[in-house]
Amino acid sequence: MLKINHLFVSIEKKEIIKNFSLEINPKELHVLMGPNGSGKSTLGFTLMGHPDYLLNEKSKIVLDGVNITNLNPEERAKIGLFLAFQNPIAVPGVRVVNFLRMAYNQKFKKLNPDTKNSGELGPLEFYQLLLKNAQLLGIPEDFLSRNLNDQFSGGEKKKMEMLAAIILQPKYSILDEPDTGTDIDALKVIAKGVKILQKQGSGVILITHYQRLLKYLKPDEVHVLKEGRLVTSGNNNLIMEIEKEGYQSFN
Amino acid sequence: MIIMNFVPLEYKLGFSDDIDYHQKVGTGLSEKIVRQISAYKNEPDWMLKFRLRALGYFKNKPVPKWGGDLSKIDYEAITYFLNPVSKKVNSWKELPSKIRDTYEKIGVPEAERDMLAGVEAQYDSSVIYGSIKKKLDEQGVIFTDTDSALRLYPDLFKEYFGTIIPPMDNKFAALNSAFWSGGSFIYIPKGTRVDLPLQAYFRINAKNMGQFERTLIIADEGSTVKYLEGCSAPVYTSDSLHAAVVEIVVKKNATVQYTTIQNWSGNVYNLVTKRSRVEENGTMSWVDCNIGSKLTMKYPSCYLMGKGARGETLSLAIAGKNQHQDVGAKMIHVGAHTSSTAISKSISRGGGRNSYRGLVEVQALAEKSKSKVKCDALILDATSRSDTYPTIKVNRSDTQMEHEATVSKVGADQLFYMQSRGLSQNDAEAMIVNGFAEPIIKTLPMEYALEMNRLIQLEMTGSVG
Repeated sequence: MLKINHLFVSIEKKEIIKNFSLEINPKELHVLMGPNGSGKSTLGFTLMGHPDYLLNEKSKIVLDGVNITNLNPEERAKIGLFLAFQNPIAVPGVRVVNFLRMAYNQKFKKLNPDTKNSGELGPLEFYQLLLKNAQLLGIPEDFLSRNLNDQFSGGEKKKMEMLAAIILQPKYSILDEPDTGTDIDALKVIAKGVKILQKQGSGVILITHYQRLLKYLKPDEVHVLKEGRLVTSGNNNLIMEIEKEGYQSFN
Repeated sequence: MIIMNFVPLEYKLGFSDDIDYHQKVGTGLSEKIVRQISAYKNEPDWMLKFRLRALGYFKNKPVPKWGGDLSKIDYEAITYFLNPVSKKVNSWKELPSKIRDTYEKIGVPEAERDMLAGVEAQYDSSVIYGSIKKKLDEQGVIFTDTDSALRLYPDLFKEYFGTIIPPMDNKFAALNSAFWSGGSFIYIPKGTRVDLPLQAYFRINAKNMGQFERTLIIADEGSTVKYLEGCSAPVYTSDSLHAAVVEIVVKKNATVQYTTIQNWSGNVYNLVTKRSRVEENGTMSWVDCNIGSKLTMKYPSCYLMGKGARGETLSLAIAGKNQHQDVGAKMIHVGAHTSSTAISKSISRGGGRNSYRGLVEVQALAEKSKSKVKCDALILDATSRSDTYPTIKVNRSDTQMEHEATVSKVGADQLFYMQSRGLSQNDAEAMIVNGFAEPIIKTLPMEYALEMNRLIQLEMTGSVG
């Protein structure tokens, strides 16, 4: 279980998230909605350990019994947390396949490998694994050799984030607006990716503004974040209510 | 903000051996020492005169005010000649075990085992190891240390030595000319292709020791040769000086590629003059990778004399803490239809500084010449610096000139993105740097490319292995 307890988050002395708590089990899908500026992306960055966001001493994040509150981002990733970025960052000169192989090997290499199986994959083995999953998401093969997010379209970036998530098999994934800027075909791919993640055992926190992705998915819980506070939680019906009424009625 | 936390660089190759030097001339800079060196080497009179003349130029020339800070060099504290073994040996087994160990750490034996035609390894001042494949002899190729060449091929030597870079060229060429020792001498006969690259390793291994190797390559008409040098040096607390001179003669239709991977430790002043003279339809290509040293000043040059001569420089410089790489290229177009390309990539980190300093000169008779200069800089943190000083002098109206420069920075957002996928900051930075340097590295032979990647990894992470 991923337990988020009494999260207070501030940046440059401005408090963005106020006393946010949430629990999520493996394979569950939680949808987090809320108006612009309510702190949804801040929550994603905070959970992943972004150094700009400061927590107060009450805040606690526990992943399957491990307190990760003070770990750095790469340690959190290795333990099994994943953040799909709303705006994936371009890294010119670094190829997708090389980057993901390094990430994969960092995560899956064994500390005390037996001689036969170190847990790491060589370039060819990894390429096969990556290609198989890319095909599953309809990502053309030539993308794997391109520079990371460099001159990718919005939809291409979002698909690539899903590919990274599936390859790294996180225990818990935070997907920050994976549907923004995507066409209908890409949207279906993203939905498929979410299902694959759940099937792999990942608990998913899906941050979104729109209902359109949710048509393809079955959320277990829906939460509304407003002005940094979790104002309400519910089931699928809550989504319909938001779609009709907006966020005004929630306080 | 992500706080940049560079682990101080531990110099992997920074070991030093306790060698009993057979021959050592006292420290300091004097006519007496020049005479001593020349007498020890049993040189002809013209060489002694050449050295003494050069010493005069050195003493009279002011220290350059441009480039890097040269004010801290104490010329009197430097040992001008060392000779670790008294005679050359022909196999690794004959080498003293300490020297052998040193070479094994920097990978020379492997280099030889694998694919290289010849190893001409320089341990301090004299070449103590040389193994040259039989084929080179059969082809009539001369590949030897420069001291031996003076004895064995006196006429050929005298015809070219000091003609591309005369002693009065600059202060450090003069210093080298007065005290030179070792280096490689290569002659490729007309129409001869040398397919495997010729390689030499240089290494400074004594406290305050000046290393003044002197390389001369003559590629006769229609010949082709590739030469590679890799440098590494142990760490010392006081400053060392490396002032080499490399002269290359590229005759009609000949092609020479000269590749350097330079990895001096952080206390070395690396002040090198490299110049080629390229005749009709000849091609000169410099590949110059500078990692390490305290200050490097090096501007490989091509004098494109003959019609259709081509010059190319590809350079990669990495400047870390307390390092200044002041490097670039000089392309002098003298003949008609000459063309040149200078591509420079620099990486600055941990407070290091890179300067690109280049010259393109198109002279009055160089009709319809072409030149392209491209400088890309990558800066890893706010304390590091990169600047360019391009000079372009064109005396014609039919010249095609291109100049391009880019500066990019590694952003905190890039690092966080990569870290959030499980990479450490060092791994993430090394990956970005490797990606940036790849266009240069991929032009290197595979073994050098691997070594270069390993050196970058080492530079970025400060870890061994």
